[in-house]
Amino acid sequence: MPESVRNFATHFFVTGDPMIYGADAAITLVSLGIVFTLTYFKKWKWLWSEWLTSVDHKKIAIMYLISAILMLFRGGADALLMRTQLAVPNNSFLTAEHYDQIFTTHGTIMIIFMAMPFIFAMFNAVVPLQIGARDVAFPYLNAVSFWLFFFGAMLFNLSFVIGGSPDAGWTSYPPLAGLQFDPGPGENYYLVAVSISGIGSIATGINFMATILKMRAPGMTLMKMPLFTWSVLASCVVILFAFPALTVALALLLIDRIAGAHFFTMLAGGNPMQFINLFWIWGHPEVYIVILPAFGIYSEVVATFSSKKIFGYKSMVASLMAIAVIGYLTWAHHFFTMGASAGVNVFFSISTMCVAIPTGVKVFNWLLTMFRGRIRMTMPLLWTLAFIPNFAIGGATGVWLAGAPADYQFHNSYFLIAHFHQTLIGGVVYGMLAGMYYWWPKMFGFKLKDRFGHWAFWFFNIGFYVCFTPQYILGLMGMQRRMYTYGANMGWTSLNFVSTVGAFLMGIGFLFIAAQIVHSLFNMERDVTGDIWNGRTLEWSLPSPAPHYNFAVIPTVSERDAWWEMKKAGNTSDLLPNAKEIRPIHMPKSSGVPFLMGVAFFVLGFGVVFNWWVIAIVGFVGVVACLIGRSLEEHPDYYVPVDEVVHTEAALGRL
Amino acid sequence: MKRITPKGKLVATLAMGVSTLLLTSGCGQLLVFHPAGPVGQSELQLIWLQIALTAVVIIPVLILLAIIVIRYRDRPGSKAVYRPDWSENRTLEIIWWVIPIIIVGILGTVTAKKTFALTQPPKNPSNPTVVQPLTIEVTSMDWKWLFQYPNQQIATVNYCVIPTNRPVQFMLTSNGPMNAFWVPQLGGMEYTMPGMIMRLWLQADKPGIYYGHGGNFTGQGFAQMQFNVQAESEQQFNAWVASIANNSPQLTQGEYDKMAQPSILGQMSFSSFPPNAFENVVMSEGGKYMKHDQVMMNSISSK
Repeated sequence: MPESVRNFATHFFVTGDPMIYGADAAITLVSLGIVFTLTYFKKWKWLWSEWLTSVDHKKIAIMYLISAILMLFRGGADALLMRTQLAVPNNSFLTAEHYDQIFTTHGTIMIIFMAMPFIFAMFNAVVPLQIGARDVAFPYLNAVSFWLFFFGAMLFNLSFVIGGSPDAGWTSYPPLAGLQFDPGPGENYYLVAVSISGIGSIATGINFMATILKMRAPGMTLMKMPLFTWSVLASCVVILFAFPALTVALALLLIDRIAGAHFFTMLAGGNPMQFINLFWIWGHPEVYIVILPAFGIYSEVVATFSSKKIFGYKSMVASLMAIAVIGYLTWAHHFFTMGASAGVNVFFSISTMCVAIPTGVKVFNWLLTMFRGRIRMTMPLLWTLAFIPNFAIGGATGVWLAGAPADYQFHNSYFLIAHFHQTLIGGVVYGMLAGMYYWWPKMFGFKLKDRFGHWAFWFFNIGFYVCFTPQYILGLMGMQRRMYTYGANMGWTSLNFVSTVGAFLMGIGFLFIAAQIVHSLFNMERDVTGDIWNGRTLEWSLPSPAPHYNFAVIPTVSERDAWWEMKKAGNTSDLLPNAKEIRPIHMPKSSGVPFLMGVAFFVLGFGVVFNWWVIAIVGFVGVVACLIGRSLEEHPDYYVPVDEVVHTEAALGRL
Repeated sequence: MKRITPKGKLVATLAMGVSTLLLTSGCGQLLVFHPAGPVGQSELQLIWLQIALTAVVIIPVLILLAIIVIRYRDRPGSKAVYRPDWSENRTLEIIWWVIPIIIVGILGTVTAKKTFALTQPPKNPSNPTVVQPLTIEVTSMDWKWLFQYPNQQIATVNYCVIPTNRPVQFMLTSNGPMNAFWVPQLGGMEYTMPGMIMRLWLQADKPGIYYGHGGNFTGQGFAQMQFNVQAESEQQFNAWVASIANNSPQLTQGEYDKMAQPSILGQMSFSSFPPNAFENVVMSEGGKYMKHDQVMMNSISSK
């Protein structure tokens, strides 16, 4: 082999670590397996026409959900590698370099490529059905959002085997993330991949805001909307204001790295503090972007399984919006220790504590919803009940961290790590799991069986406390985050070992969830009622899964919990379509362009990561071609004929 | 070197883990809860107040949750009240809007007072006579800590010695990526940033060796960025300064430049440092573009 080729290959492919060779082999095998299966069962056409080109919000939701669970697996595997390394002092399981890459990818994947698609899966699966709409406001844009997220995630994961992973932390602070201290493509992967999926997130925010504001069924005023829809609206407001700051921060840092600019390099008059400001102007609202929909899910689940109206609906709405607004004014609490003046620190301390007020109100209202209810212990409710103590503790430690002088002691220690995992796992992940169990029948037409589900729940929950309680204590003992090892003389050994055991218990919990899904798939019992939980909102008035146009006739709403009230009044038949009322339904056509645009963005991103401009230009031309192609399309829509609707509804027994 | 398979590593790790657990008795100390100076004490007071006031909310929530779930669980023949349409109660809602507001009000006030107080030298109630603070200039480098004593003209690496009962003004900067200077038993942390000078007031009330570590990730050697702060009586401190000044080698510019390169070092002492090394590194790392707080610049140049 010529020297130049060998040299190129050793830099291009990540070499030298047996674990990565294993991953190379696994990726190749899985890819070959997928190609083989699709070819053997002649499913390529099905994959293309039913999924890759679909603009149906229900199918996009399923694709988001699958991606989120896969990324939860990858991020979780990263977490277990880290915990294995830290189980004992002076461990050599991972090198410093490898450990640094793993904590960077763990954080980035969990926030950007797990939590975000998970909430978007819920947005897509539920919102149009809940408000009586036939799709989102911009179905084509919705598909573009998904494919940008998907190819962003693929690009990010590619760094694992080609070029090397980023290693400056998921926060990617310059100067450490600048060229001077971090040459090589890893950091570029982070900047480009997160930017691409970030464009998709902004579009989703716009899309759902428009959907909720403009496409509600007649009679559904804002104050009659289900709380989940309210929470999505609140989350979208935050997306719209926060994500552009991230896009700008990442773009400027990328320009620093690839074009030699100096926005964030002190050596030529730039200022790294500006990156940190911009990053957290997105970064803190981001945690509210992901937690608000979880709050919405808890509200739906608590009311449904207590068979009772949500307590204090108006307070719930007010607190959602208050959190959205206050959450935007707290970002500097991520750097109380970076020399801001006392006045600035006091402002951000108090604004941060203020978030606890509406959050506390929500917790009491959930409790009072169950009070004088009839509580049914189902999987969604179990995760909701487990969320409450978790979030109470995570919220309290959040208030402690909010006090600047206390934060001087907690900042960047394992206390902080334990706090944000408690809120992000106990709040967001539990919420998304509750939502997944709750709406799974609506998405797939069958319920997840409880077998394995209870095992998953208990392993994950007990594992959580075993994993993170020791980390609070380790923080108070002086252990810092992002240390790849520690000395045996520090007295941190036992707690770290216990924490690792907890992490593996959570890993087992995850495997039980996977087992539960597989078990339920193979022992599928179709839900023919469409209302398997005795639900309260409009999505439960439809068959599971809903036909592609959702509502044959758009319902008219007169009250909150519309479906529940109709069941109570015994007039649910009002919602069934009448053959005479059915009109042709206006729907968007499927399109391959969003997928192709994702591919083009992937090529563009890959070229930028390696500064290979020819490839980047090819990708860019592809993106532009997709935009032009779409603009020239004259008939992106069509009408579903009455006959087809009548036929479908009759087959569902609704006529 | 012998090749170990990942699986072998895993088994070895687990085996080592279990045996270490069996061998280690006791735990590390909760450093934040054992402050050795007024700054750490003041921060701990706030933490206790926070614990107490948040408990006022958390404990009732946990108790209510348990009671409600047990009482209103859907069981055949349950006699518990069931009111599916009961969803408003103004009095209750006002109570739980107002209680958190009061708590945040109290915590906010105390936080504000302490935040402003901590920017000033610690007050020493047992020793009301004004004591001249000691200034130490701290530079974080990849991956070590350099301490310069501008008035004593000595320097140390990865450890420093301070006199007890005397406020110490740490002036912080970085020659490399951002780090943070943290000595948990003396008080909370402050970042070291290239081109900037941050000030952190600390003070030790009792002699001892206090653990310190970098607080912000700076790359591969970050885990080794540990240092000690050794507090001694004023006489011992002066004797130590004299012995360093007389017995230790000089820190030349050449040595300094070498030190600034990425490496992991042990503890070192020097009887001198290059003139204006601290100011120069602040300026050359970007400080020349910054508007500096005049008070802070004066306090380092007036030594």
